[in-house]
Parts: sequence; structure tokens; C-alpha cells
Amino acid sequence: MHQLVKRVQETLSVGFVGATEWRGDVAVTVTREKLHEVAQFLHDDPGMDFDYIVHVSSVDWPDDEERFEVVWEFYSIRKRHRIRLKTRVPESDCIVDSLTDLWKGADFMEREVYDMMGIRFRNHPDLRRILMPDDYTEGYPLRKDFPLRGKGWRDTFDFLDEVPR
Amino acid sequence: MGLIQLGRHDKDGAPDVITTTVEKAVNWARKGSLWPMTFGLACCAIEMIAAVSSRYDMDRYGAGVFRASPRQSDLMIVAGTVCRRMAPVIRKIYDQMPEPKYVIAMGSCATSGNIYDSYSVVQGVDRFIPVDIYVPGCPPIPEALFDGILKLQERIMQKRVFVTQPEQIKTRFKV
Amino acid sequence: MAFEDQRTTVYKVNPEHPESETLPTLRTEELLLNMGPQHPSTHGVLKVILELEGERLVKSMPVLGFLHRGVEKLAEDGTYHQFIPHTDRLDYVCAMYNNFAYCRAVEKLMNLQVPERAEYLRTIVAEVQRIIGHQFWLGTQALDIGAMTVFFYCFRDREILLDWFDELCGARLTTSWYRIGGVERDLTPSLLDKLKQFLDYFPPKIDEYIVFLETNRIWLARTKGVAVISAEDAVSFGLSGPTLRGSGVDYDLRKYEPYGAYPKCEFSVPVGKNGDTYDRYWIRVMELYESVKIIRQCLEQMQEGPIMADVPSVTLPPKERVFTNLESMIQQFKLFSQGFNAPPGEIYCGTEAHKGELGFYIVSTGGGKPYRMKIRAPSFIHMGAFDYMSRGYMIADAITLFGTYDIVMGECDR
Repeated sequence: MHQLVKRVQETLSVGFVGATEWRGDVAVTVTREKLHEVAQFLHDDPGMDFDYIVHVSSVDWPDDEERFEVVWEFYSIRKRHRIRLKTRVPESDCIVDSLTDLWKGADFMEREVYDMMGIRFRNHPDLRRILMPDDYTEGYPLRKDFPLRGKGWRDTFDFLDEVPR
Repeated sequence: MGLIQLGRHDKDGAPDVITTTVEKAVNWARKGSLWPMTFGLACCAIEMIAAVSSRYDMDRYGAGVFRASPRQSDLMIVAGTVCRRMAPVIRKIYDQMPEPKYVIAMGSCATSGNIYDSYSVVQGVDRFIPVDIYVPGCPPIPEALFDGILKLQERIMQKRVFVTQPEQIKTRFKV
Repeated sequence: MAFEDQRTTVYKVNPEHPESETLPTLRTEELLLNMGPQHPSTHGVLKVILELEGERLVKSMPVLGFLHRGVEKLAEDGTYHQFIPHTDRLDYVCAMYNNFAYCRAVEKLMNLQVPERAEYLRTIVAEVQRIIGHQFWLGTQALDIGAMTVFFYCFRDREILLDWFDELCGARLTTSWYRIGGVERDLTPSLLDKLKQFLDYFPPKIDEYIVFLETNRIWLARTKGVAVISAEDAVSFGLSGPTLRGSGVDYDLRKYEPYGAYPKCEFSVPVGKNGDTYDRYWIRVMELYESVKIIRQCLEQMQEGPIMADVPSVTLPPKERVFTNLESMIQQFKLFSQGFNAPPGEIYCGTEAHKGELGFYIVSTGGGKPYRMKIRAPSFIHMGAFDYMSRGYMIADAITLFGTYDIVMGECDR
């Protein structure tokens, strides 16, 4: 087992779900109740020292019980190692703790996850849609049940009195 | 321009009297002073910038005075992918341009949506504004844009100015 | 909208006057200014709502998404090979580097080894693209700030390289020259000659740009001490590339997670001190020299060899064989219609593009199409720091800020 995973598991008695190492990428899955605690540990512990946020992402697994997977990727500028932190969220209650208090850059990235996948973040300072307009009503585009060509929004031009042609 | 030359200057032989129709003179003036608007949306904007800068120099066709304001421009070059979120903005800017106004859809995205057949991309800018010239390419090289402008100039020369135009579909901006 | 309540401040005209209570008061209001999405200096279709107090920026709110094309959704619809043209159009100023980043990510997923010559070719072309990207940045940034001449000079030299690309792959901007497992075609002798000529021609031209800008008082006044961000904040915001290195953080994936032929080349990573726009400009100009150095070394070290990994289940057959050999034709057809069978798993692979760390996070569940593809676009993340970095500066500095990140909206909105 990777050294980083071992340290995370040692500090976390409950809430550790699993860890994988594939193609050199280390990924740790935790329960969402423990997410902020783990993130705090990764950020503050001198041995971990993950001060750089790489990306926040999300994956939709429609067949699973806990449908959404939220993914954070961190890097340490001084220690030069990477880790991926994952957690699962059910569709009925898709909310996780925001990490904007630890990494300022998480602000926009989490807003994007909210916009594209519909996962809300607790304690986020300004959780609004970012890429789609505020009044977009068709849902969350990156969910697997959202059709690629949308639900007709792209072809409705409500700002025109009448359609030319 | 259909000039009829009536006489030549005594000394250097240059034409001193020319006759033409008013219509042709007006069209000639219009085609030689197309002021485009800087309306770069995506990749094609980079080629549009290249068309104006050192090597290509679009000024040669009288279409190099890029204006940032729609009120001062005659030609809108829609350069790039038209997303649905941008569509009302494009329409509003189009409505703000004074007549006569012309639109060039530059590149495949503005023409038909290109490879972006997705939930947020309008499949061609002609869905909500009338387009005069389509320039193919992804992105079109500056020469292709010049060709489009030359074609537009040919078209302008054929326009009738002082007759009543056939009733066009007028679309206004709701606000 | 966050700015619904307008804050007003009431100032006394002269508070020291004995009858100041009865004097008329001066009321100021904060002004909201919409900048964009149609504005010549926003580098595309970016909208920013600026909250102003006089001419000072109090708060600014970027409104993104005017070029959101749904690329991540489209990626789930096509095979891995079919996504390469999409990457061209992400950061359309630097198409080659995007191809490189994407192909590297898929190679990591497939555990492919790229032949050595292909690695050198990739590095050479990527650095040529970096030169183009930085020239474009320098030209447009100078134009926005008020130094017109540099724009024309940069574009003059940029055209030479675009012609070179045209000869290499048939396109000036959207190149799609990289392939999973290698590159599409080799450099011809004519291309090599032209590149060598350019390498001799170019360094004096960089000196010329520097002379133009360093003697321009407007340029200096508008870049020095503008948009300062400390190293700690820059790291916390996740900035990368020259924007991060300008603050003195030595973070360059080419050095610390080497890829391509970079480990075999000697080059230095310029790092700034003050974290202002001037330092970031200086880093980019210095990187032009470094790129020339890297290309020179690669050209010297490069040996003959294959340019494509020979893994028929993944990599495309050479074009000549497709037209003459039935097996190769079937292989090509299968790869483009069904794609190759990727193992289930997930990877993240970051590459140092000229704007910053461009990463691809790919989740595969097996089969020919990615299950989920997330693009870590540096422009998007840089825009996250816009509000923080703009506070307290003059309204005209907003233009400098757009430029200093080197944002491209195609990549920012995806």
C-alpha cells in the first residue's frame, strides 16, 4: 500500500472506504462525513502538505446506490506528490462539504461541478451556475441521463418576435 | 462600375469626366468602406486578427477599420462557435447596427455548428440573424475571409438602392 | 445577482468647517459596470461585472460560459481518437500542446510507450507551439495596454511558424498532428531546414521585442506592480504556468514530472519575484529563449527511428499502408468506428502547456469511449483568481488582468 494511503488510513479510524493505486495515481475514497476532516489533514499535515488544488470533478454512476462521485485532486509543490480524494453522494441528498476554506481555488471548480452535475456544496460562498446561464432549467448537462443534444434549449430563440425564414 | 468616359485631360490623358448612375456610385462607395466589427467568438477570431495584422492587411479591400461599437460598423463577421447563451447578445448587437448592414458567417461553426452538435451550441448563426456570405473552413485561412469579403462586395454592387425593397421579414429585439 | 443592494456613502464636503453640519453633503454610489461579452479586449466572449468606487475596482465578478460548447459531454460520445480534433479547439492559440496533453493522458491510460524519435518530434513541435502562443500573448497584451508596434512584429514572426505548421500538417491553427502513440508524420528535410533557419532568425527578434517594450514608459507603468499576487495565494488558487511562476513558485511539470524529450534537454525555468504583470511578461519572454534552446538540443539529439508505437490494437497504421494493405485498412476502420478497448480505471495526466497545467482526468469503464473526461483548463482556474487579484486597482487595469492570465475562452468555458 502506498505510503500516503497508509498515513490517511492511520489518522482516520472510521470513514475510510478504500484506496487504489493504478498507473501511478493514488486515489483514496472516504465517506462524505469525513471528507472535510481528511482534506484538512491533507492540507495541514507537514508530511502531506497538499497546498495545491489541481481539479475538482465528478462522475455519474446512475446504476449505483450512491450515484455521484466527487473527485478532488491535490498536489504538493514542496513534496512533489499527488493524491486523489474521492467521495460518494446519493442522488436524493447530493450535498458535500465545500473545501473553499482550505483551497481558495476550489471556489470556481466546485461551482462548475454544481453547474454540470448538480452536486451542492455546503458552506460554499457563492454557489451559482457558472457555465450555463442562471435561468437554465433543463437540468445538469453532464449527468448520464441528459441527452447530448439537450432538451430543445439550443433551438429556442425566445428573444425573437418571430423566427426569420 | 460601368463608367462612361466622356473626355480626357489635355496633358496626361487621364479621364476628367465620367458618368455613371447614382446607384452604382452609392454601391461603389459602400463596398469600398466596409467597417467590420471586432466580433471574435472563438478560434476563427484568431484568423480574423491575423487577417488584419502585418502580413495579410485587410485594409487593402477597404475593410480594415475594425470598430468596437456596432453603431459605427456596417459588417458583422461572426467568427466562431455561436453558443445559445451568446445568441441574444449577437442579436442585440445586430439590431444596433445601422442600415445597410451585412453579415459574414465565418467558419463552419457559425455556418452550421460544426462538430459541436451538443446541448449548448446553436446550429448555425442564420437561425436568428440573416447571413449574406458563408465562409467555409475550420478556421478559414485569412485568404478565405478575403474571398468572402470580395464576394460580399460583388453582392453589394448588385443591390438596388433607390427602389422599394421587397418586404423583408423584420425581426425585432424584445426588451 | 449578488449586487442587488447598492451601498451608498455620504461624505461631508468639508468636515473641518465649523458649520459642517449644515453644509451640503456629497453622496457617492458604487457603480456597476458590465464589461463584455462583446468587448475588444476581453480575449473572446468573457463578461465581467465590475463594481466600481470612482475608478477603483471594489469587486469584480466574472461571468463565464458564453463559449460553453459541451466538449466534456461530446467526449463521452466519441472514441478516444475522435476527441483529438476537439482538443485543437479548446485552446485554439496553442492547438499542438493540447493534442500533446490529451495524447499523453490516453497513453497513460493505455500504458503505451512512445518511440524515442516521436518523443523528440513531439517536444520540438510543442516548443514551436509555445513560441507561437507566447508571441500571440505578447502581441495582444501589448496592443491592449498601448504598444501597437510589438503586435505587428509578433504577428510577422508568428506567420513564419504558422506557415511551417501549414506545411507540416496542412492547417494553421487546428492542427491535430499528434496521434495516440506517436505523431502523424515525420519532419521533411525542407521543414527541418526552415526550422533551423528560424532558430537563427528568431533570438535577435526577441531582443527587438524587449527593446520596444522596455523603452516604452506606458508599458512599464501599466505592468509593474499591477495585479500582484503572493506566492501563497497563487498556490492556493491553483494558478499554474507563468502566472504561478511570476510569484516565485518554481512549479513546472516539464522539470518535475518530465515527459517527452524534456529530461534529455538542458533548460532553465525562469521564475519571477514580485508576482506582478511585469514579472509574468518577463517569464514568458525568457521562455521564448528557452524554447529556442530546447528545440536546438532536440534537433541535435534526434535519431532516426519509428514515429509511431507499433501496437496494432491501439495505434493507427501508417497512411501509406492503409491504402495498399487490407489488414491495415480494417485496423484503421475498426479504430475509428469502434475505438480501442481501454482498460477500466481512471487517470489524471497534467502537461505544462504555455498557459499552465493542462490536465485530462479520464474515467474508463472499458470499451472504446471514455466514460467521463474532465479537462483541467488553466484559463478557467485563473479566472477564479480574477476577483481577488483585481481588487483595489484602477478600471483600466482590468484589461491588463485579462491579458496577464493569457486566457482563451475556448478552453475556459470548454
